Amino acid sequence: MKLRKKLAIFLSKAANYVCRKLGRQGVTWAGRIAVTIYPDILKELAGEVRQRIYVTCGTNGKTTTNNMLCSFLRSEGQTVICNSTGSNMLNGVISAFVLAADRHGHLDADYACIEIDEASTLRVFPHFTPDYMILTNLFRDQLDRYGEIDITMDLLRRAIAMAPDCTLIVNADDVLSASLATSTGHRTITYGISTPCPDNPASTSEIREGRFCQLCGEKLDYKFYHFSQLGSYHCPGCGFKRPAIDYDATDITLHQGLNFTLVPKNKEPVSLSSNYRGFYNIYNILAAYAGAHTEGFALEKIAPILKDFKPENGRMEHFHIQGTDVLLNLAKNPAGFNQNISAVMEDSSKKNLIVVINDNAQDGHDISWLWDVDLERFSGANINRIIVSGLRAYDMELRFKYSDIPCEAILSVEEAIQTMLQDELDNLYILVNYTALFGTRKRLKQLEEGEHA
Amino acid sequence: MNLTIGHLYPDLLNLYGDRGNIRCMVKRLNWRGIDANVREFQLHDSIPFQELDIILLGGGSDREQKLVCEELKTIQSDFRQYVEQDGVVIAICGGYQLLGSYYQMGDEKVPGLNLVDLYTTQGEGRLIGNITIQSDLFEMPITGFENHGGRTYIQGNQPLGKVVHGFGNTDDRSYEGVHYRNVIGTYLHGPLLPKNPHLCDYLLQKALERKYGKPISLEPLDDSAEIRANQYAQNRTY
Repeated sequence: MKLRKKLAIFLSKAANYVCRKLGRQGVTWAGRIAVTIYPDILKELAGEVRQRIYVTCGTNGKTTTNNMLCSFLRSEGQTVICNSTGSNMLNGVISAFVLAADRHGHLDADYACIEIDEASTLRVFPHFTPDYMILTNLFRDQLDRYGEIDITMDLLRRAIAMAPDCTLIVNADDVLSASLATSTGHRTITYGISTPCPDNPASTSEIREGRFCQLCGEKLDYKFYHFSQLGSYHCPGCGFKRPAIDYDATDITLHQGLNFTLVPKNKEPVSLSSNYRGFYNIYNILAAYAGAHTEGFALEKIAPILKDFKPENGRMEHFHIQGTDVLLNLAKNPAGFNQNISAVMEDSSKKNLIVVINDNAQDGHDISWLWDVDLERFSGANINRIIVSGLRAYDMELRFKYSDIPCEAILSVEEAIQTMLQDELDNLYILVNYTALFGTRKRLKQLEEGEHA
Repeated sequence: MNLTIGHLYPDLLNLYGDRGNIRCMVKRLNWRGIDANVREFQLHDSIPFQELDIILLGGGSDREQKLVCEELKTIQSDFRQYVEQDGVVIAICGGYQLLGSYYQMGDEKVPGLNLVDLYTTQGEGRLIGNITIQSDLFEMPITGFENHGGRTYIQGNQPLGKVVHGFGNTDDRSYEGVHYRNVIGTYLHGPLLPKNPHLCDYLLQKALERKYGKPISLEPLDDSAEIRANQYAQNRTY
């Protein structure tokens, strides 16, 4: 059996190596090979993690939160394994463990930080259950793949029940996450933003989920919203309200990156700043901080990490190509897209914009979500020129047309990028949905490296 | 000229970009110099049907649909009168199911508005994917996306169209939607109207003619972007 395990690890690593050489994503394939050869591989390797296993779930912010948590733990001298590329279904999770194992089939790790697609939790938890589960938020996403939010919440509830000793770390501002945590009865740590942030260019007409109490069905009262349904709520029917916040962010400014004070309950506040853009990233930082701090780490060395946090996965990733500053960001559902619009608006200078929308299986074939985005706000974002691209460029074109915002449709992403690079304006934003991310990012990377060569 | 569009229970029935249907109707009126007034009605609001020219009933999750169905009893007779007086209704997904007498979900029978003689039963598996139908009303096909667990039986009523590809009302891929007086019920979202400007204009024209009591022909618009998106969706295969 030992030999079989070694073989599984060897072949899985070989497959990953070949894929990388060919410039393809081989992570899920590597995982599938390993589990086919040795079905207990994940269970055994996860059992070798010396301290604890973290799982991050939620519609948006999984990858950023998980990667940040991983760097926080590493700053404390811990050895951590992490599925940092965002491959978050069963095979991607298997890969993270297998690729970190040595050729004898052993893992050297104090912690594991694993993000898991909500629908895959029920497939992963039979192999291992986490000690901590971070739940970032719940928004509508890919209705044709996952179904309604109610279905996702039900899946998560069943998964959490499989991990009775797991501590939940949830976003208190999200009524769906908070009521889910309450209904499980698990130990829960919360984070949130207790008061409104005047700097946050929030929309007033966004689609908001869960306006009716999950526990009793009454319509919820809100004191304020940060964005989407995140805010301070209270149920006049059963009295359910936003739970007390264990990790709070105050004094938030967004002019030059993110600046805020992190206030852990009964502990000294910490001033933090990051070059990272986007109000929503404050939640990701809070979640990662809460995760590591709850485990007992003082996190005194995170200021420089946060300051220079450079995501290399198409989440607010910066490129400099032929004199043009390019910011690439993933926008795959209405809540995420709305936050992208806010992030674009945080930059008041003149800019060009490319939006790439695909409708492949991993994106969801149903692109009606484009109409749940508050696209009209782009008209106040100082945009010079817009190109829509990707497989469903014509749908995006129509979406802009019905917002009275002019745009050009260029189906080829390559052509769209080249057109914008030749434009005089040297400030370019590129928003892409899931399957458009890998190809667009790869091309931008090539163009950037070509420049330096 | 002007029209008033009533959006029923948008807090609960707002899946699948339904707001796009409202936006589409408003823009296509405004582009022709016609005013549009959108009124949203939430649970427990009283609905002045005599002041409405078009009613949109969208889709929600099963849980949300059940929250709405209690409320429907209170508006049923006024709504029926509106329909029988040729009021325009566009009902999509869950809203389409609510037009009928009931939706049988397993052991549970969720009563509907009973405005059109049809009923829905929960089938095995959901019918999901791009769909194109051909309606007798237009030359240009109607295209959209369907995602429904219910199978809808429209009795002797006219369907909205014949299925070209996709599923439609039931598993047999024959007909889609219903067309009764000025009521259109359909499983197509996408949202429905932006990629089907001919259907949108049909609803607007019917509503204007009813309101102003005379034949009205709408000024044509440049629909090249709409037609491009419609044709692309028709031909999209995976």
